[in-house]
Amino acid sequence: MAVLLLAEVTDGTLNMDATAKAVTAAKALGDVTLLCTGESCAGAAEEAAKIDGVEKVLCAEDALYGHRLAEPVAALIVDLAGDYSHICAPATTDAKNILPRVAALLDVMVITDVSGIVDSDTFERPIYAGNAVQKVRSKDATKVISIRTSTFDAAPAGGSAQVETIGAGTALGLSEWVEDKVAESDRPDLTSAGIVVSGGRGIGSEENFEIVEKLADKLGAAVGASRAAVDSGYAPNDWQVGQTGKVVAPDLYIAVGISGAIQHLAGMKDSRVIVAINKDEEAPIFQVADYGLVGDLFELVPELTEKL
Amino acid sequence: MKVLVPVKRVIDYNVKVRVKSDGSGVDLGNVKMSMNPFDEIAVEEAIRLKERGAAEEIVVVSIGVKQAQETLRTALAMGADRAILIVASDDVHTDIEPLGVAKLLKAVIDEEQPGMVLCGKQAIDNDMNATGQMLSALLGWSQATFASKIEIEGEHATVTREVDGGLQTIKVKMPAVVSVDLRLNEPRYASLPNIMKAKKKPLDEKTPGDYGVDVAPRLEIVSTSEPEARKAGILVGSVDELVDKLKNEAGVI
Ligand SMILES: Cc1cc2nc3c(=O)[nH]c(=O)nc-3n(C[C@H](O)[C@H](O)[C@H](O)COP(=O)(O)OP(=O)(O)OC[C@H]3O[C@@H](n4cnc5c(N)ncnc54)[C@H](O)[C@@H]3O)c2cc1C
Ligand SMILES: Nc1ncnc2c1ncn2[C@@H]1O[C@H](COP(=O)(O)O)[C@@H](O)[C@H]1O
Repeated sequence: MAVLLLAEVTDGTLNMDATAKAVTAAKALGDVTLLCTGESCAGAAEEAAKIDGVEKVLCAEDALYGHRLAEPVAALIVDLAGDYSHICAPATTDAKNILPRVAALLDVMVITDVSGIVDSDTFERPIYAGNAVQKVRSKDATKVISIRTSTFDAAPAGGSAQVETIGAGTALGLSEWVEDKVAESDRPDLTSAGIVVSGGRGIGSEENFEIVEKLADKLGAAVGASRAAVDSGYAPNDWQVGQTGKVVAPDLYIAVGISGAIQHLAGMKDSRVIVAINKDEEAPIFQVADYGLVGDLFELVPELTEKL
Repeated sequence: MKVLVPVKRVIDYNVKVRVKSDGSGVDLGNVKMSMNPFDEIAVEEAIRLKERGAAEEIVVVSIGVKQAQETLRTALAMGADRAILIVASDDVHTDIEPLGVAKLLKAVIDEEQPGMVLCGKQAIDNDMNATGQMLSALLGWSQATFASKIEIEGEHATVTREVDGGLQTIKVKMPAVVSVDLRLNEPRYASLPNIMKAKKKPLDEKTPGDYGVDVAPRLEIVSTSEPEARKAGILVGSVDELVDKLKNEAGVI
């Protein structure tokens, strides 16, 4: 069986972590061909070729694919689809945007956020904010699936796949890119960090979020947030962890001033060790925490930062 | 412009979900059901477009069991003008897949000719995040997913999207399918007089057969199970104890 896997490439740069984790899942399904697209992506394709288990890399370089707009990228994948039994991608916002479009054009169902591969047509995925796990068997000729990266280990380096350049499709003229607002940060990426420190509504203000950031920096951690913290303007949207934000599974997750709503737990309950700091000992976050500390975060977090 | 908003009846987001012991699914008998939270945001956005004069009519559509009438009435009470219910099952446990939903919505759109579809980014029951994108593909329209800001200027809409890296703004050609994210707006509550008025607004009932659409599932549900539970942790008494546990017991720092 042959698998086409859309590599995660943003502005010419390969997201190695997300792509290599998806390769691990895809390898279980068949021979993996990686597809890199972008205005320029030869560099990303060279990088991707080194992932162990990748048989071939296709590189589609064209201004058309510059910002990974769904319509042209989906059309490209549909053009290539005939050669593959499975079309996969890591479940990033890019893939969530593109893959259902691909599936509809192929008249097949999409299977999103797959957390387990049972066999070549049977998959597990969380539903109801992770309160249940559903096992589904696809009857479609082509399986289109996005892969929840937090449940797969990254495929190691060591491959030396061939890179083949392919031509671009025709422009559809449906949408155009206007602007990206991306915050530059020296911190590790939220979805691949070994340690994540997240703040919730309890932090109280954007200024106070520094308490969380200082602890994160002491630990070399990424910073996350609850929806309430993002909605209140304490933290940017791309820090949101949960059912509708990012799914993380670090070695250590520290939740500060977060109550532990089911929608938040959906994004972090597979972390290896969970620490909760909250002044309310009844807060549901303590039910999933390995270590809970009850008290005022404004005293405890600076003390913790100092003692680490 | 006419705006079409698909709204789904789902388990209320506050309800504790229970997996049936025989593994056949989640128990939906006698639990509180509500409009999918993202769809409330889509309805609200459509109403604001109408209030601004950018839309003339709002048609809400739901696909599912007969009880989805209630969901449609809620949307009408918020301010939608007209509703279409497509009764596709008589069992509350049957979920029509996004591909089937998208095909039905396309058939409705072929008849109604709206200038825009506003849907939720994801249904909080199946967590698929697929229907809007699939519908857009079937229609051959442009798509803008995960919208946190929408501005319509003539033949185009400028949409700000919540993406992994931050925010992305794109300009899409109309007609378009836009799926909405949580921070687009705060949905209003329906007032009592509007709830009364909504009872008189038109609600058409159809079946998939009326549109000649086959909604047979492509995915067979083999089983539904509880996720692995985390084992209970402990409360520590001080920061020192926490640091000690993290270093010497968990070995994570
Ligand atoms: C459709 C939908 C999707 C959603 N998706 C997400 C999602 O992806 N991610 C997400 O996080 N949420 C999501 N939510 C929201 C979720 O339901 C909760 O509202 C949210 O997670 C609450 O955030 P919080 O814990 O920061 O705030 P709260 O629930 O208000 O909790 C604040 C906590 O801080 C504690 N606290 C306050 N002051 C202090 C102090 N000085 N010291 C110590 N502790 C203190 C309080 O005891 C409390 O427990 C979603 C909701 C819906 C309806
Ligand atoms: N059965 C349905 N009836 C009406 N709208 C639906 C239905 N299923 C999905 N939708 C719409 O599609 C969005 C995304 O759903 P999903 O792709 O299932 O996550 C929802 O927020 C609704 O706007």
